[in-house]
Amino acid sequence: MYERLYRSLYRIRRVEEEIARAYPSDCIKSPVHLSIGQEAVSVGVCEALRPEDVVFGTYRGHALYLAKGGSMPRMVAELYGKATGCAAGKGGSMHLAAPEAGVMGMSAVVASTIPNAVGYAYALRYRQQFSPHPPTGGERGEGGPAIVASFFGDGATEEGVFSESLNFAALKQLPMLFVCENNQYAIHTHQRRRQATLNICERARAYGISAERIEDNDVIALYQRSVEIAARLRAGEGPFFLEVMTYRWQEHVGPGQDYQLGFRSAEEAQPWIENDQVRRLAEMARPDLRLEIEEEAEAEIAEAFRFAIDSPEPEAAQLMTDVFKEEGLACLSI
Amino acid sequence: MFVDLAPQPIRPEVEVERTLSYVDAVREATDQEMARDPGVLVYGLDVDDPKAIQGTTRGLLAKYGAERVFGTPLSEDAMTGAAIGMALAGLRPIHVHIRMDFLMLAMNQLINVAAKSRYMYGGQVALPMVVRAMIGKSWGQGAQHSQGLHSFFMHVPGLKVVAPATPYDAKGCLSAAVRDDNPVIYVEHRLLHFQHGPVPEEPYQVLPGKARITARGCDVTIVGVSAMQPEALSAQRYLQNTGISAEVIDPIWLSPLDIDTIAESAERTGRLLVVDNGWVTCGAGAEIVALVAERLMAVRDLRVRRMGFAPVTCPTAPALEALFYPNARTIAAAARDLVEARATGWLPDEDPHLQRVDFKGPF
Repeated sequence: MYERLYRSLYRIRRVEEEIARAYPSDCIKSPVHLSIGQEAVSVGVCEALRPEDVVFGTYRGHALYLAKGGSMPRMVAELYGKATGCAAGKGGSMHLAAPEAGVMGMSAVVASTIPNAVGYAYALRYRQQFSPHPPTGGERGEGGPAIVASFFGDGATEEGVFSESLNFAALKQLPMLFVCENNQYAIHTHQRRRQATLNICERARAYGISAERIEDNDVIALYQRSVEIAARLRAGEGPFFLEVMTYRWQEHVGPGQDYQLGFRSAEEAQPWIENDQVRRLAEMARPDLRLEIEEEAEAEIAEAFRFAIDSPEPEAAQLMTDVFKEEGLACLSI
Repeated sequence: MFVDLAPQPIRPEVEVERTLSYVDAVREATDQEMARDPGVLVYGLDVDDPKAIQGTTRGLLAKYGAERVFGTPLSEDAMTGAAIGMALAGLRPIHVHIRMDFLMLAMNQLINVAAKSRYMYGGQVALPMVVRAMIGKSWGQGAQHSQGLHSFFMHVPGLKVVAPATPYDAKGCLSAAVRDDNPVIYVEHRLLHFQHGPVPEEPYQVLPGKARITARGCDVTIVGVSAMQPEALSAQRYLQNTGISAEVIDPIWLSPLDIDTIAESAERTGRLLVVDNGWVTCGAGAEIVALVAERLMAVRDLRVRRMGFAPVTCPTAPALEALFYPNARTIAAAARDLVEARATGWLPDEDPHLQRVDFKGPF
């Protein structure tokens, strides 16, 4: 288990470090919201999910996309604005999607994908009832049907659609996991300056949803709880809410740091950096396997950047495609 | 309800015996699509209550069950987002809003997510979903129950917009919208619900991008959108009495818009009057006139005019509300001025046969 978690954590940390390193060269044609420091949230949950499970996320989505199995070369190519990108050069860093891996989308508008996840969860259950064929990315596997996980930040819990989505998910007892990635800051504004009470789990419970908080960015505790919760959801128990305490090491957007702005201090970050889950798992992994994991990841990252650099830019004709889907009009949808 | 107006050519090649109300046409299209495809579901505030959205969803709950037909919490934003999630998973949701004004609570999902997903994910996903939105009028509907906001949605790539005016098109367009693999905003006018007209029993589709010439003429082209379509047809009758022959066009689908049919007509008549069930500024009429002008520039002299809501908030007092909307007589007057290229000051006397009978409420 430690090796699996470490593999996922390490490759995400390292590819984002490489993105930050490449950024000043201006090859990356997209704003980047790095997950460095927060990888544990995506990794802990996604390692407990199955390929057919579905996730929705946010503009800070590199970690989620990769942890759920999205292609790394296609992600880097997307950042480089290339035709081979995971959104064919039309989405950029903030709109990663890999439907084949169950990564169904990410939005640059806070909280926007939460109701999309709710609707997807409704559809998964609906299709079990009305169709022998579950939707793409939602095959019924051994041990129960597919589930949906919705990732969002602490800021999203202030949006109206968050409350609306929780209410509907609870009302319909949908098979979904809400994951609040609480890094305490909405850009530069602390949660204390945005919320009258800081207990986000309590708000979820008010809608009749079981909720739990994972402290200290603890990837192992998160993984273990996610395994148990996923089993409950597959067994038909209603939605579940996890708040995971974490910390953003880098600036809100961009490759650097922001401690110089004065809204937070390097001292505040220090305990989180000392509690780095990548290093923690590196020390727990078997040394020989650790080396193998790191070598593999480094090769994968180098190859991903090479792929992005070598890939062609989109053709001019691509500007006008993908607005509508116009084929296959009359076939049954199930 | 509307008094029967001039016979409205539907599809001249098809003889249709059966007459249905607009409400029943919407209900029948929904029923037939749900029977055809188990992925079709219908939901929204009150779709399963005893009034069943003016009857447009009547009987569906009993026939298809509560998973496929359900009322929702008062959460337009999340329920629109949920429709997107369902569509991503391959279902074909129909999300019903008893007033179009309520769509303003769902604009983020409609504009930022529904319209954009296919493009911003590089064509990897499709969103087959229908948003039914009803426009109110008369009996004090007022500021927040009367808005025709279809032009908001015409503005944004990635959405289709349809505003059927007859029972025939109500059924055919809804069927086409449900089968479309893209988000469709389906605009209904509350007063059109009372229209009766020929509707074939078997399923059929009125597909995007084809306007219909509803009256032939040679002096002026009148485009009537949504509830302004029957008004335009009445105006055509008023104009007949003065010897002016008006061609009337129903665009039906506003996005994609069949500008060819409109421009071809305007090229023949040289006069184009667009009457929208919405405000004029940046509206559907502005777009239609601009497209035709671009097309006919240096081809033919063209006189144009737009009509629509008065540039104020919709008032409730009948004396003011009557002035807020264009009607058959003011449309006829504007058309005559266009034809004669001067302010004639003419307003036809009211003809009881062409008089619209307003809904008497309460809703």
